[in-house]
Amino acid sequence: MASTTRFTTRPLSLRFRLTRMFLKSESLRGYTLLSPTLMAMILGLVMPLAVLFTLSFWIQEYLDFIQTFSLKNYTDFFQKPIYIKILFKSIRMSSLVTFVTVLLAYPMAYFIAFRIQRNKLIWLILITVPFWTSYLLRVFAWKIMLGYNGVINSGLKSLGLLNEPLEFLLYNPTSVVITLAHAWAAFAILPIYVSLEKIDRSLLEAARDLGENSFMTFVRVTLPLSLPGVIAASLLVFIPTVGDYVTPSLVGGPRGIMIGNIIQSMFGKAQNWPLGAAISVMSMITVTLMVCLFLWGTHSFRKRIA
Amino acid sequence: MSNIRIWKKPDGFLIYAILYLTFIYLPVLFLPLFSFNNSTYITFPLKDFTLKWYDKMIHSPSMLEALLNSIKVGLLVAIFSTILGMLAARAVTRYRLRGRGPLVSFIMIPLVIPEIILAISLLILISQANIPLSLWTIGFSHLLLCIPFSMLILISRMEGFDKSLEEAALDLGENAWITFWRVTFPIVLPGIVASLLLTFTISFDEFVLAFFLSSTDATLPIYIWSSLRFPTKIPAVLALGSSIFVISFFVVSFAEWVRRRGIKLETTSGI
Repeated sequence: MASTTRFTTRPLSLRFRLTRMFLKSESLRGYTLLSPTLMAMILGLVMPLAVLFTLSFWIQEYLDFIQTFSLKNYTDFFQKPIYIKILFKSIRMSSLVTFVTVLLAYPMAYFIAFRIQRNKLIWLILITVPFWTSYLLRVFAWKIMLGYNGVINSGLKSLGLLNEPLEFLLYNPTSVVITLAHAWAAFAILPIYVSLEKIDRSLLEAARDLGENSFMTFVRVTLPLSLPGVIAASLLVFIPTVGDYVTPSLVGGPRGIMIGNIIQSMFGKAQNWPLGAAISVMSMITVTLMVCLFLWGTHSFRKRIA
Repeated sequence: MSNIRIWKKPDGFLIYAILYLTFIYLPVLFLPLFSFNNSTYITFPLKDFTLKWYDKMIHSPSMLEALLNSIKVGLLVAIFSTILGMLAARAVTRYRLRGRGPLVSFIMIPLVIPEIILAISLLILISQANIPLSLWTIGFSHLLLCIPFSMLILISRMEGFDKSLEEAALDLGENAWITFWRVTFPIVLPGIVASLLLTFTISFDEFVLAFFLSSTDATLPIYIWSSLRFPTKIPAVLALGSSIFVISFFVVSFAEWVRRRGIKLETTSGI
């Protein structure tokens, strides 16, 4: 909404006109309030990502960058099979983590939303309490659980079920998946709970009155209506876990490494920032594609059962 | 009626809930257990009870310095993120903005980018701009991560806000500032407190961004990370972790108590 042109005998001063325009235009006042936040996001998000993208076309030579356009990092990425292999392995592992976490979380969220009548807040707090411990220590806790002289091995040994501790429990992709599924549990339960809680209970009664049994009521009413929560939970777990390098380096061992470890080493020991940037760009593109595919999949699933 | 039936015959869901709670609690409970164990090694069988790791924790200046750094960064991040989140939330809920949807999603982007990519892009920008790494660079990166959370919390608090309350105050002759302090601020206050608590917690526990963007000053997660490589340092770290856990338990309980008191006062004064 620009200031309306009004003819006056005297031309208004510029300052006055600007002030009037500012007060009249809602958008402009809104943008002014929004501008500090937007500035921070441009400075801390748009510019860094632009620089990352640019750097991925440069070349590392000893300690310097050769600042001419080159596709060498990308050809490296596609020609050395290790990068693509680890990227796909990370995506497979994170998908598994997401699937397991959401599958385990759903009944729990359902229980709190539908079976608990009073003190729901206490249950929600009960679920978040373990997550007040530092993330690093929560991951470390699984080393205690699965380690050579850890909880499971010592437990089985004292029960007389084992003579020698099991060595395959720790330092493999499975231990990474278990640890991640534990570390991200709260992120899955809360969004699913919120979407279940929002469901109008009379819809469920209506389905029952119209002759559906409780299982079909769940499949045809509750599940589709809680899908937004399931989608949010899946994304909240999938996206951060793909890039995680803390968990693989603590409990993954050599076979459990993920793409985050590769990127981290490019910025650390391997000292090849441009290649690290190219791998990051490719990971980001792949993750975005996976997310789009997932959203498209859930969308068509929803259409089919609705 | 139905809940009597459920509690008399514990159904599968209750059993599942108990198993699930065991799964999320069990590993975490071993951390405090080993902070009282009189052995450097985190293995079974347990030795006798000791408080020496807590003593060691109090006498470890580098650990306490890291703790202090984390608190400093966390407080600054919480305050700035809440201010910026509030401005943005106010802008999108109070004014009819053109392009509101895309702008809000733009601010949410840090939530959908793997942290390691955010970290290295900031690292590249900061090193290309020749800015030295410090606690400030960590704080700035945490700010990016926290603004979306502040904004989400405050938008949901402000969305139910009745515009006419502000208009009434203005009509009754209050100026814009007084209106803000006496009408808007008290209504939004619970959202502000929630935003401060959540963003402090996020910053306090954040490791990946801090790892890439720190120099010699460590935050607590960085200190923990470096200690995990040295078995002799681990028990004291577990002692600190357990202490922080107990303290945060009391802080949250206190906050909840204050909140309930607030609700009670509100309802009684309403009657």
